[in-house]
Amino acid sequence: MSLTGFDWLALGPAVIVAVAGVVLLLGDAFAGVRSWLLGTSGSLVALGGAAVAAAGMSGSDRETMCTQLTGQAALEHQEQCSFVVDDTTIALWWIILVGAALVVLMAAVHADDASMPPGEFHFLLLSSVGGALTLAASRDLVSLVAALELVSLPSIALVALRRDDRVASRSAWTFFLASVTATAITLMGVSLVYGATGSVFFEDVRNAVQAGVGPESALHAGVVLTLAGLVFKIGAVPFHMWVPDTYTGAPVAVAAYLSVVSKTAGVAGVLLLVTGPFGPMAHTWGPFIAVVAGVTMTLGNVAALRQDDAVGLLAWSSVAQAGFVLAPVVAVFAGDLGSVDNGLQAAIRYLGIYALANLAAFAVVAHVRARVGRTDLAAFRGLLRSDRLAGATLVAALLALAGFPPAIVGLLAKYVALRPVIADGEGILAVVMAVNVMIGLAYYLRFAAVTVAPADDPEGDAVLATAVGSGRPWVRAAFGITLTALIATSLWPDLVLRLLV
Amino acid sequence: MGWLSLVVLAPVLAAAAVWWRGARWSEVEAARVGVGASAVSLILAWLIWLTRDASAVFSGEVDHVWIPALDVHWHLGMDGISYCLVLLTTALSGLCCLSLARERTADEAGQPGRRSLLVLILVIESASLGVFTALDLVLFFICFELALIPMWFVIAGWGDPHDPAGRRRAATRFLLFTVLGSALMFVGFIGIAWQADTLQIDALSVSAPAFTGTLNTLLAVAIALGLAVKTPILPLHIWLPDAHAKAPTVGSVLLAGVFLKLGTYGFVRILVPIMPVQAAQIGPYLAAFGVAGIVYAALACLRQSDLKRLIAYSSVGHMGFVALGIGTLTASGLTAAVFISVAHGLITGLLFFLAGWLKERYGSSDLAALGHGMYRRSPWLAVAFCFGCLASLGVPGLAGFWGEMLALRGAYEVGPTMDRAGAWTLLGIAALGIVVTTAYFVGLIRRLLQGTPSPDETIRHLWSDDPQPGDQGPDDSGRIARPQVTDQLQEAEDDGVVDLDREQGIVTGVLAVSVFVLGIVPGLLSGTIAQAMPWIVGGIR
Repeated sequence: MSLTGFDWLALGPAVIVAVAGVVLLLGDAFAGVRSWLLGTSGSLVALGGAAVAAAGMSGSDRETMCTQLTGQAALEHQEQCSFVVDDTTIALWWIILVGAALVVLMAAVHADDASMPPGEFHFLLLSSVGGALTLAASRDLVSLVAALELVSLPSIALVALRRDDRVASRSAWTFFLASVTATAITLMGVSLVYGATGSVFFEDVRNAVQAGVGPESALHAGVVLTLAGLVFKIGAVPFHMWVPDTYTGAPVAVAAYLSVVSKTAGVAGVLLLVTGPFGPMAHTWGPFIAVVAGVTMTLGNVAALRQDDAVGLLAWSSVAQAGFVLAPVVAVFAGDLGSVDNGLQAAIRYLGIYALANLAAFAVVAHVRARVGRTDLAAFRGLLRSDRLAGATLVAALLALAGFPPAIVGLLAKYVALRPVIADGEGILAVVMAVNVMIGLAYYLRFAAVTVAPADDPEGDAVLATAVGSGRPWVRAAFGITLTALIATSLWPDLVLRLLV
Repeated sequence: MGWLSLVVLAPVLAAAAVWWRGARWSEVEAARVGVGASAVSLILAWLIWLTRDASAVFSGEVDHVWIPALDVHWHLGMDGISYCLVLLTTALSGLCCLSLARERTADEAGQPGRRSLLVLILVIESASLGVFTALDLVLFFICFELALIPMWFVIAGWGDPHDPAGRRRAATRFLLFTVLGSALMFVGFIGIAWQADTLQIDALSVSAPAFTGTLNTLLAVAIALGLAVKTPILPLHIWLPDAHAKAPTVGSVLLAGVFLKLGTYGFVRILVPIMPVQAAQIGPYLAAFGVAGIVYAALACLRQSDLKRLIAYSSVGHMGFVALGIGTLTASGLTAAVFISVAHGLITGLLFFLAGWLKERYGSSDLAALGHGMYRRSPWLAVAFCFGCLASLGVPGLAGFWGEMLALRGAYEVGPTMDRAGAWTLLGIAALGIVVTTAYFVGLIRRLLQGTPSPDETIRHLWSDDPQPGDQGPDDSGRIARPQVTDQLQEAEDDGVVDLDREQGIVTGVLAVSVFVLGIVPGLLSGTIAQAMPWIVGGIR
C-alpha cells in the first residue's frame, strides 16, 4: 500500500479555508490586529476563494489521496481514493460555503461586542467549515469520522466563546457531551463495519456488503450505530435534546451555523454512507431512516408550537426540518440521478433551500438580539414597519420554511422532498409529511404575523431603527442577499435547483 | 407570454403598483386601480374567448417550461368552465375593490390600512385566476396555496372589529383546515404525476384510463379529501361558518364567491377527467355527503341567529348540490356543478355584501340587534336582500334555480356510478332540503325585512318603562323600545347613509342584474359550460 500524491486543486477549497483561519488567528495574536470587521472581510475572501476553486471543478470528477492496493485486493481495483470531488460533493460544498459566508455576515452584529474575540471566532468558524468541506468529499470511514470531529470540536468552542457567559458555557457543555457520545456511537459502528468487511474504503465496504461476507448481525449493528451517531449531529429524534438547549445559549450566529453548516455536514455523512458503502443494505437502514424522519418532523413541529422565543422556535423548527431532509433519503435509489424522483438529489436540494431560508431568519434574529437584547416573539412586533428590509427578510424566510407561496421556492422544496418518498411507496411517511406541513405553518405564521402586525410601542421602533453598530452594513448585506435570493429563486427556481444537482 | 398570462397577472401587477405607490395614492384611488385591473382581466378573458379557435380544447393556451429541473411548466389554458369562473372571479374581485372605493366610515377608522387590504384582495384574485386557468399540477397547487395566506391576513387583520381574538381564531382554523386538506391533495398530485411522468393536466387527462389499483384509489381519496375541505362538503365544513362570519365584507364575498369554487373546480378539472375510474368509486359517497349537507345546512340555518353565519350555512347547502352534481358523474350533473358555482358566487356574493354593510352599520350581524322592518329603514338594501334570498332559495326565473334543477336532473338520469334506487333516494332527500331552505329564507325575509321597524322583541332587557330622549313612543303595553344599537343607527341617520350609497348601489345593481339575466337566459352559461363537457367526461363514457 502506498499513497499516490495529492491533487491540490481538489483539496483547494478545504485548504484555503483552513489556512485563512490560521492566518486570521495569528494576525490577531501577533500582529495585534483586533478588528472584527477585518475578520469578516478575511473570512469572506477565503470562502469566496474556496467557492471559485469549487466552481472550477464542477462537471468533472476528481479523485485524490488514493492508496495503491497490493495483493488480493488489487485484482479488483488498482487504487482506492479517500477524497473524491463529484457532483454531490460540489453541491454540498455550495451549501456549506454560502451558508458559512452568511454566518460570517450576520456575525458582524458582534463587531462592537468586546466579549467576543474576533480572531478566535473566525479561526474556529473557518476550521469547522474546513472540516465540513472535507467531510463532503470523504470516501473512507476514517476520513469521515475525522472530518466530522473537525466540524464538531471548533463549534463547541464557538458556543462557549462569549466571555463570562454562564448560560453559554452550560450550553457548550451540553453540546460537548452530546457530541462526544455521538462520536463514540459512530466509532463503535465504524469499527463493527470494519471488522465485518475488512476495509474502511467505501467501495470495498460496498463490495463486501454486496457479496454478503462477514457476520451479518455485526454488520447490521455497525450500519445502524454509524448512522445513529450521524443522526445525533443532525439533531434528529431521538438524539435531538441538545439542540434547543445549545441553540438558545449560543450566540445567535453560532446557532445559525449549527443549524445549517454543521447540520449539512451530518446530512452529508448520512447521504455518503447510504448511497455508498451501505447502499446494498437499504432494507436495514431504510425503516430506521423513515421512522426517524417521521418522528423527528412531528416532534420538532409540535414542540415548536409551544415556543415563545424566536431562537427556541427556530431551534425546534430546525429539528423538524431535519426530518424533512432525511425523509427523501429513504428513497435514494428511486429514479436515476437527475430525475425528479431521486432521493439523494432531493435531500440536497431541500437542504439547500432550507439553509438559505433558515439563515435569513437567523440573521434577522441575530440583528434583533443585538439591538433589543431579547428574542421573545414580542420583540419582533411591528418589525416590518420599523425596519422594512429586516421585516421583509424575516417574513420571506418564514414562509419559505413553512413551504408556502409567495415563497414558492419553499413549496417546491416540499415538492422535491415528497416526490421520492411517494415514488418509493412510503405512503405513511408521505401523509405524516403532509400533516407536518400544516403544523409547521401554524407557528411560522404566528411568528410572521407578529412581524407584520403594527407595533404597540412606537418608542420601541425608534430603538430598532436608530441603533447602529459598525457591523451594520454587513448585516444589512446578509438581509439583502438572502431576501434577493429568496425572491429570485421563487421566480426562477432553477437558479437553486440547477446548482444543487 | 400570451394574453392569458396577462389575465392572471394583471391584478398582481396592480397590487405591486399599489404597494409601490403607497401613500402617494389615496385609498380611493388605489381601490380604483384595483377595479381597473380586474376590468382589464375580465375584458381580456372575454376577448380571448371571442377570438378562440373552435377546434382547440383550450383557448389562449400558453405553455412555457418554467422550472426545467422539475419539468414544471407555466401552462395556462381556458375552456368553457375556466372561462365562466374567470369571469366570476374578476367580476367579484372588481366589485370588492369598488366597494372599497369610498371614504372610510367611523367604524373602520381603527383598522389597518385599506391599501394593504386591497393588495391582499388583488393577490387573492390573481391566485384564483391562476387556479382556474392552470394546466400544470404544480402551478395549480402553487396558485391554490397562494391565496391562503393573504386570506388569513384579510380575516385576522380586517375581520370583525368587535372580536379580535375570535377573528384570529376563525382565520387560523380556516387556514389549518384547508392546508391539511391541500397537503393531502398534493400527495395525491405527486402520486399521479410520478406514475404518468408528466405534470400537464391536459396530457394526464388524455392518458386517463392508465390509473388503476388500490394505490390510485388512495391517491384519489387524498385529492378528493383536499378538495372536499375547500368546497366544503359535510362534515369537513366546520371551518366555514366562523371564517365567513368573522371576515370583513370583502373577505366573506371572496371566500364564498371565489374560494369555495377552487374546490369545485378541482373536482371538475382534475379528479373527474384524470382519474375517472376512481371518481366513479368516490362519486356515490360524494353525492351522499352532498345531500346530507343540503339537509344539514337547511336545518342549521333554521336555528341561526346571526345573519352572516346563516348565509355561510346556506353556502354549505349550495355546495351540497354541487357535490351531488359531481357525484352523479353525468354531463348534466357536472354542468350543474359549474353552473351552481357561478350562480352561488353571484347570489351569495350579493347577500354577503348586503349583510356585511348591515353589520358595518349596526355593529353586529345578530338578527336580534338588526331588528325588524328593514323595508322601511333602508328600502333599496332591503329589496336587494329580498331578491338575493329569493334567488338563493331557487325561485324559477333567477340564476339559483337552474343549477339546482340540473343537479337534480343529473341524479334523475342515474349516472354510471349509482343504481336507480340510490340516486332517486338522494334526489328525494335533496328535494326535501329545498323545502326547508325555502322555509328559512322566507322566515328570514319576514323577520328581518318586514314588520314595523323595531328591535327584536326577544331581547327583553332592551325594553324599558323609563322614557329617555330619543326613544320611540311606547307600544300598546306601555313599554318603550330601545334598540341595542341606537347610537350607531342615530349616527348613520345623521350622516344620511341609511341606505345604499353610490358604490354600494353599483355593486348591488351589477350582481342583481347578472342573477336576473342568468335566470332568464341560463343558456348563456350552461351552453358555455357544456362545450367543455365532452372533454371532461370523455374518460367515463
